[in-house]
Amino acid sequence: MTAVSAREDLLKGIWRDNPTLVQTLGMCPTLAVTNSVANCLAMGGATLFVLVGSCVIASLVRKRLPGEVRITAFVLIIATFVTIADMALEALVPTVHKALGAFVALIVVNCIILARQEAFASKNPVGRAFLDAVGMGLGFVVALLMMGVVREVLGYGTLLGVPLFGPRFEPWVIFALPPGGFLTLGLWLLGLAWWADRRTRRTKATVAPAGVRRAA
Amino acid sequence: MGDLVWIFFSAMVVNNFTLMLFLGLCAFIGVSQRVETALRLGLADIFVLTMTSVCVWALNKFVLTHAPYLRIIAFIVVIASLVQIVEMVIKKTSPALFRALGIYLPLITTNCAVLALAVFQTSRGYGLVEGLVFALGGGLGLMLALVLMASIREATDLSDVPSIARGTALVMLISSGLSLAFMGFAGLMSGE
Repeated sequence: MTAVSAREDLLKGIWRDNPTLVQTLGMCPTLAVTNSVANCLAMGGATLFVLVGSCVIASLVRKRLPGEVRITAFVLIIATFVTIADMALEALVPTVHKALGAFVALIVVNCIILARQEAFASKNPVGRAFLDAVGMGLGFVVALLMMGVVREVLGYGTLLGVPLFGPRFEPWVIFALPPGGFLTLGLWLLGLAWWADRRTRRTKATVAPAGVRRAA
Repeated sequence: MGDLVWIFFSAMVVNNFTLMLFLGLCAFIGVSQRVETALRLGLADIFVLTMTSVCVWALNKFVLTHAPYLRIIAFIVVIASLVQIVEMVIKKTSPALFRALGIYLPLITTNCAVLALAVFQTSRGYGLVEGLVFALGGGLGLMLALVLMASIREATDLSDVPSIARGTALVMLISSGLSLAFMGFAGLMSGE
């Protein structure tokens, strides 16, 4: 494994092939738990842990696993790691665990994890699978934070619980509520598509990155 | 009785699975281009949700009291096998319905609404009847959201949408409006 391809494995997930913003996977947690930055960090951290753990195991057993039971085995591996994450969060940060509610258990059906296991970890050696999982996990955290910062600042007027605007600020409550989640993600996707579109038009000769165009 | 009515409407509109709790969004984005397919997926959802509710009740009552740490694993295994069994039974008994549901039946396994139903039902301590009513309401709510979305998307096909807004971005912005409309139902039940 050369240094260049290793860096590529790690970095592609963070922005260019971002699992949430470009591949539009894992939408449910992206919208559901992002009304505060603290929740985003907890959710992102838990998902990163499950993603890395599951992908490493999936890569380790890839040659021994019969094709027919592959998906079932992957789901069981994920469920095991989610159980660990669930218990760890409950023991370490009970308030955050309560705020995330059912969505910790729902990491099992976060399609990012199964997608990375199936598309990458089950075909590549452990080292590459690990880097890919870390990159994709960080990409997910980045997407969650992009949502969380906007929603917490506008919806509560705070960042990580610290008031930003002083007492006269009237919170834009709708951003902390479900419609605000859809709206924020919609506007982000719109902005990213606009940005990709503008870049394509500026460099007409070259082709736009396939990933970014797909989000449009 | 009043409790059951409350559970039903709460699951269907006030806390609509898709628009208020963000569950089952993959299907909501992926399968909402046509009203007809949306309707079929909604029916399949209702079916699987109701069956899951019964199984989860049995699991909670007879198995998981002895091993609560197996909760998540047990739920996902039960849901996966359930979808598989439902698929085989429908194929055998009613080929017409099987053809109508098509690929959407197996895909329900990864619909987070189903796992969420199992988790909610457990954490709220619903019994058999309450669970069934909850599943039925939630399923109808999913179908309602899917059909509404599909109807709007069929209309946007014919309108002049800027190229950068096509696809997921537009779906999100429309969902935002729908979600806002559903928030109006919050006043329906002052209990929550």
